[in-house]
Amino acid sequence: MSNPTTVDVKRRRFLVNATAAVGGIGGVVAAVPFVLSMQPSERAKAAGAPIEVDISKLEPGQKLDVEWRGKPVWIIDRTKAMMESLASFDDKVADPKSKIDQQPAYAKNEARSRPVRPEVLVLVGICTHLGCSPMFKPEVSLTSEGFYCPCHGSKFDYAGRVFKGVPAPINLEVPPYKYLANNTKIVIGDDSGA
Amino acid sequence: MSKLLTWIDDRFPLTKLWEEQWGKYVAPKNFNFWYYFGSLAAFVLVIQIVSGIFLTMNYKPDATKAFESVEYIMRDVPWGWLIRYIHSTGASAFFIVVYLHMFRGLLYGSYRKPRELLWIFGVLIYLCLMGEAFMGYLLPWGQMSYWGAQVIINLFSAIPYVGKDLAVWIRGDYVISDVTLNRFFAFHVIALPLVLIGLVVAHLMALHEVGSNNPDGVDVKHQPKDPRTGIPLDGIYSHPYYSIKDIVGVIFFLFIFSIVVFFLPEMGGYFLEANNFIPANSLKTPAHIAPVWYFTPYYSILRAVPPMFDSQFPGVACMGIAVLAFFALPWIDKGAVKSIRYRGWWFKIPLAIFVVTFVILGWLGTMPTDALGKLGDLEIATLLARIFTILYFLWFLLMPWYTKRDKTKPEPERVTG
Repeated sequence: MSNPTTVDVKRRRFLVNATAAVGGIGGVVAAVPFVLSMQPSERAKAAGAPIEVDISKLEPGQKLDVEWRGKPVWIIDRTKAMMESLASFDDKVADPKSKIDQQPAYAKNEARSRPVRPEVLVLVGICTHLGCSPMFKPEVSLTSEGFYCPCHGSKFDYAGRVFKGVPAPINLEVPPYKYLANNTKIVIGDDSGA
Repeated sequence: MSKLLTWIDDRFPLTKLWEEQWGKYVAPKNFNFWYYFGSLAAFVLVIQIVSGIFLTMNYKPDATKAFESVEYIMRDVPWGWLIRYIHSTGASAFFIVVYLHMFRGLLYGSYRKPRELLWIFGVLIYLCLMGEAFMGYLLPWGQMSYWGAQVIINLFSAIPYVGKDLAVWIRGDYVISDVTLNRFFAFHVIALPLVLIGLVVAHLMALHEVGSNNPDGVDVKHQPKDPRTGIPLDGIYSHPYYSIKDIVGVIFFLFIFSIVVFFLPEMGGYFLEANNFIPANSLKTPAHIAPVWYFTPYYSILRAVPPMFDSQFPGVACMGIAVLAFFALPWIDKGAVKSIRYRGWWFKIPLAIFVVTFVILGWLGTMPTDALGKLGDLEIATLLARIFTILYFLWFLLMPWYTKRDKTKPEPERVTG
């Protein structure tokens, strides 16, 4: 027993700080399960699984909208005119060589598609500005754009490359995809082994 | 009755709390029109809490049922339409009242020493309100709910490195979904209201601790006491004097509020947007996405800033800073006096420009960027938004300079009536 009239202030402060520190660590650790509970659930992850799309009936100039992970994904069989327009847009688009990582390595080319069927374009149909869904403009002309976003006026060419001077900073995203069954089926969300 | 009160007071400081916080709180006697909006904000908070509780009794936070349950409230629940319109009109009324309350603070320098913390609590309340409004807007699960939330949550994914994971964490999914709706409901009805009420209590306690400012900026709390009343010379008791005044304000407010609720609940698409009467559809973006009017000044700033370094983060950052800049006011205002009555043109003109800027940015934010046509290659609306965004930030950035060089008149010892 120490003398009750003298208090070892240093010792007391150490004990208070140590208690607060341990308690604080405990509080932070206890918060971890709550914070992590807000991550996607197993069900949400399962809903994000790859999808298979049959494109054997897709005609040139047609656009097929499918849903993958709740996002619109476009599959477009581009016409000759669309493909030929790409080169003319090279000096008008912000990232003509697709340098920014918005596509798998196999789609890092002028057409932004798998070379096995270069005319087929697969894009996530969400504007890279603030997530709206741009509109497809099928009539090709030298002044027009391939896609126009109604929210803030962003424009993209027929490979989803963004024009200069619009709100969207980068090209539209090409999701991972691969072909099955003699190139008439597309798997979106999975490109393993292709 | 008085026996019961004594019994309670011996066990709980009821009378003490009442007298400290309102009953015997001495306020300056020269409050004018601008001093209605604090009590009105508290009144609207009560309206929102009460109407909100009754809405939750019939609303379903489920992506397949939410839209339908709101229509059910509107059509089948007895008086449901009234309760919902009260809540939706209350949201806009809250921002009108709060913006006027904040403007009062700017007019009379109510954020200046010793009221810095009072002001900080106020700005926190404003931030909390924005969160409430944003999350509440998702709940009806209309097209504008969905796409508005899409735009705002994507703001977070613009943050370098952690952004994309952060956005997934906020949504709880790769897209806005049922999960997002459910958690926004939890935040809107439990988490944020608790924080909001806590902040309001702190705001009021801080106010009653430092004492109210007034249109003359006179420090009434530390004036000599009137020998007859024993309270500061220019002070009066809040109760009954300001209780009565505030009730007049509430009645006048209710006149206007009722007109809107009964005759103009959509307010021409500003309080309830037309697209929100269409159920949310993740595959179809509305042709024009605009936030509700109270967010449009910041939305304009977001759109005005062009992408830099291949990222839209600068725009997002500017929008955030535009809101957070209000925190800095107590320290960047170097004026010799508090109140606009004794300040010179170097304060008055910038303040007028700021108010005009805020309103024009708000107006620009309600429309598509191509609405005003084009000047050469540049959209006029975007050009205007850029000019006014610069003015908005200059008001804050140059404040230490222009308030210092401002020619002020001395503040009086006593209030001027």
